[in-house]
Amino acid sequence: MARAHVTTTINGDVVDFLCEADQTLLSALRDELRMTGTKEGCGTGDCGACSVTIDGRLVCSCLVLAVEVEGKAIDTIEGMADGENLHPLQKKFLEHAALQCGICTPGILIAARSLLERNPDPSETEIRYWLAGNLCRCTGYHKIVEAVLDAAREMRS
Amino acid sequence: MAGDLLGKPIPRIEDRPLLTGRGRFVDDIHLPGMVHAAIVRSPLAHARLRGLHRGRAAAVEGVVAILAAADLEPHLATTTLSVGLPSKAYRLVVDRPVLATDEVRYVGEPVAIIIARSRYIAEDAAALVDLDLEPLPAVSDARLALRPEAPRAHSGAATNVVAEFTMAYGDLDGAFASAAHIVRTSLLQHRGVSHPIECRGAVGHYDAVQDCLVLWSSTQAPHSHARMLVKLLGCDENRVRVVSPDVGGGFGPKLVFYQEDILVALAARIVGAPVKWIEDRREHFMATTQERDQHWDMEIAADATGRILGVRGHMIHDHGAYTARGINLAQNSAQIVPGVYRVPAYELRVTLALTNRVPVSPVRGAGHPQGAFAMERLLDRVAQELGLDRAEVRRRNLIPPEALPYRLPIKTRGGTEMIYDSGDYPACQAAALAAIDYDGFRARQATARAEGRYLGVGIANYMKGTGRGPFESVTIRVGPSGRVSIYSGATAIGQGTKTMLAQICADAIGVDVARITVVTGDTGTIALGHGAASSRQAVNAGTSVHLAALAVRHKLLQAAAIHLEADATDLEIIGGTIRVKGVPAMAVGIGELADALAGLPGYGIPGGLEPGVEASRHALFEALTFAYGTTAAEVEVDIETGAVAIRRYVVAHDSGMMINPMMVDGQILGGAAHGIGNALYEWMGYDAAAQPVTTTSAEYLVPGAPEIPRIEMVHIEIPTPHNPLGVKGVGESGTIPAAAAVVSAVEDALAPFCVRIGETPIRPTRILELIAASRR
Ligand code: FES
Ligand code: FES
Repeated sequence: MARAHVTTTINGDVVDFLCEADQTLLSALRDELRMTGTKEGCGTGDCGACSVTIDGRLVCSCLVLAVEVEGKAIDTIEGMADGENLHPLQKKFLEHAALQCGICTPGILIAARSLLERNPDPSETEIRYWLAGNLCRCTGYHKIVEAVLDAAREMRS
Repeated sequence: MAGDLLGKPIPRIEDRPLLTGRGRFVDDIHLPGMVHAAIVRSPLAHARLRGLHRGRAAAVEGVVAILAAADLEPHLATTTLSVGLPSKAYRLVVDRPVLATDEVRYVGEPVAIIIARSRYIAEDAAALVDLDLEPLPAVSDARLALRPEAPRAHSGAATNVVAEFTMAYGDLDGAFASAAHIVRTSLLQHRGVSHPIECRGAVGHYDAVQDCLVLWSSTQAPHSHARMLVKLLGCDENRVRVVSPDVGGGFGPKLVFYQEDILVALAARIVGAPVKWIEDRREHFMATTQERDQHWDMEIAADATGRILGVRGHMIHDHGAYTARGINLAQNSAQIVPGVYRVPAYELRVTLALTNRVPVSPVRGAGHPQGAFAMERLLDRVAQELGLDRAEVRRRNLIPPEALPYRLPIKTRGGTEMIYDSGDYPACQAAALAAIDYDGFRARQATARAEGRYLGVGIANYMKGTGRGPFESVTIRVGPSGRVSIYSGATAIGQGTKTMLAQICADAIGVDVARITVVTGDTGTIALGHGAASSRQAVNAGTSVHLAALAVRHKLLQAAAIHLEADATDLEIIGGTIRVKGVPAMAVGIGELADALAGLPGYGIPGGLEPGVEASRHALFEALTFAYGTTAAEVEVDIETGAVAIRRYVVAHDSGMMINPMMVDGQILGGAAHGIGNALYEWMGYDAAAQPVTTTSAEYLVPGAPEIPRIEMVHIEIPTPHNPLGVKGVGESGTIPAAAAVVSAVEDALAPFCVRIGETPIRPTRILELIAASRR
């Protein structure tokens, strides 16, 4: 079968890649583009480890076909820091030790950024429900919530 | 400066790459020419395997190889994975075959491995391998497995009893004969899967240049993996290297050596290309070891004041279809029942039943949550029987601090004594009660009841033997670069192990943490190791690092004294420099010293010192150090929906001196969340034919951020005398008491319905059933 040609924008850069018609966006990012920051935790839309945004919309990249992103703009964890300058969320995750093994972390950061873009002043409950689709087995979520609250505070000021 | 870092919440050295998408997990490894594996698994719980037809799968374009048991045999010195920890209690030896040959014994058991150009192709082809299976009767429930007429989990076996043992001490008959009160209870304790967010995975690579088989595996124990590979392949130790890259959580089952570990390694050698296998989530539920059911029938004898006289009972433990780790899980449950309480006489008979379900191995807590749950449910029953407050019954039975060290007349699995070394159990319970305002609870409860709301409070104490030895290896080396490298058999699976080791090392030598690189979980860098399990690494590896770092410091000071022509006692180490106190100009870099001690051909080593700046230590630990604590939970139960909301949740605990309080917090918080999941949500279901029925995270119910409450912590730091750092383990502390406390709280909330709960998890539908039954 001929491989599909996809042109898209990833973290602000125009990117071309070839993929199979049945290949997920997650797999294309990881296996074709070697952007392995986006993680697989289930492949079935249950864990959020594969979260990216497409045209600003938060999605599970394991549930999107790579061919669907033709002409769209993807944002992934690799584009979150500005060079060596961490995004406020990344900084606060570091300060609060809001990660342990770190496998869920890219997805949680992408999801949290997407929340703060919509709601710069979320309550703890809003954060918990927004992140309901991002499973973490290590942290018990407490420090993640703290870090997001703290980052939101800093980003507002 | 030396001695100023322990106990500080320094940021983790692991985090920057993980936060920016530059972690290196096994699935992030890509090697040129790499091919991908999928496993053909048994769809039936028990069947005769009459044949395997590869035709349709082999025809798929991109398939490189299809390997079944017979294809692997010529390459293997042995075809079974004999991994069981030794014990006299075994009645049957049931080791897993590398691949099934003539019988399959659980759904998910590997039958063949497909190698293909991509994971997609491999998985598609795996589905096209036709297995010729003749169904056999399966045994699903451990209690049914023990009936004489039950089908055998292994055809032809004389029994389904894989092991049995009794733990006992004291005059039990006397205790029960003289008791004012005897209370009985039956418990069905379920625990489920580990569910790290990273499933298992491995990359095998035969390095022809070095004639070495390298396996990157998402494992907690690379050294024992390497030992197994050597045994299976019948090769020299130096022909195998196992590396744990970044590991996305372990929680127990990643300690086990799996069929896939040898399959991937061997396949790489057979097909002559690197092979990657990544477990998918469905496979994780079917094929990764898990905890499951324990059925307890217990009775407790108490005097008229509620003091425990004796505890006895029988426990049936679902072992699964093979021995993947040992009988340690059931042993842990049995030996921890007395816990922090004075129990003068005790007997637990334990029967381990083979079933046609995936093998069982420890998950975070490793049997201790069940032991604690059994004891705590019994104490709640005693309180109810005597009309006493539940905290007061516990207080009366706690071992007082003046009785420590306290010897429990039970031996650990290695035959050493169980001696509770240090602590203050009553103070810990009191701290938890104060934190949750236990005294004010009845008023809160009454107010809520008046509004038609049902609040309950529950408490549970726990005990955990931590720091299981025998040792963890550490080498510390200072190089001419001035960098300090730590190599350890300890394995980092997300706990912050590298930070912990670097922090102890920096504290002892006096160098900055930023100057230290930590290499863990790589058998190519250090010969011996045991890895992450049993809340052991801070004690074992931490002590080894501490001792090795002190030796390195001594060596540096000796060398610097010679170099600076000063007395070693006049020197101080600041950052990477050693200088004469008060004379900053008289200084030498540690790299310069390492360079001098590395020597030059034909020149002597300064001062005739032993070459190099390095030290290795394997601090030995025979005795466990006992961590303990109290959890208190306040819940609200919605009697219309059965939903449980946790309003307050307190963990008071003593894990000895904290190396990094921020990381200790993380262990407690994550552990508690896991235990809350076990209490209220997580259920690994099987039907009567032993088919798993919960094979997605959504069906299984891993708790998310909305379900887990804020958790309040009280840290009590009483140093253990067993190691120079005074540390006890903490990795499982949050998990162990959680279900006992939460279930007790739910039962308390439902007191108006006289509901009694003896099971985990306690889910909304079950709560509604219990309420309805009480109304009838
Ligand atoms: S991998 Fe996409 S949701 Fe889990
Ligand atoms: S940090 Fe390990 S799963 Fe979240």
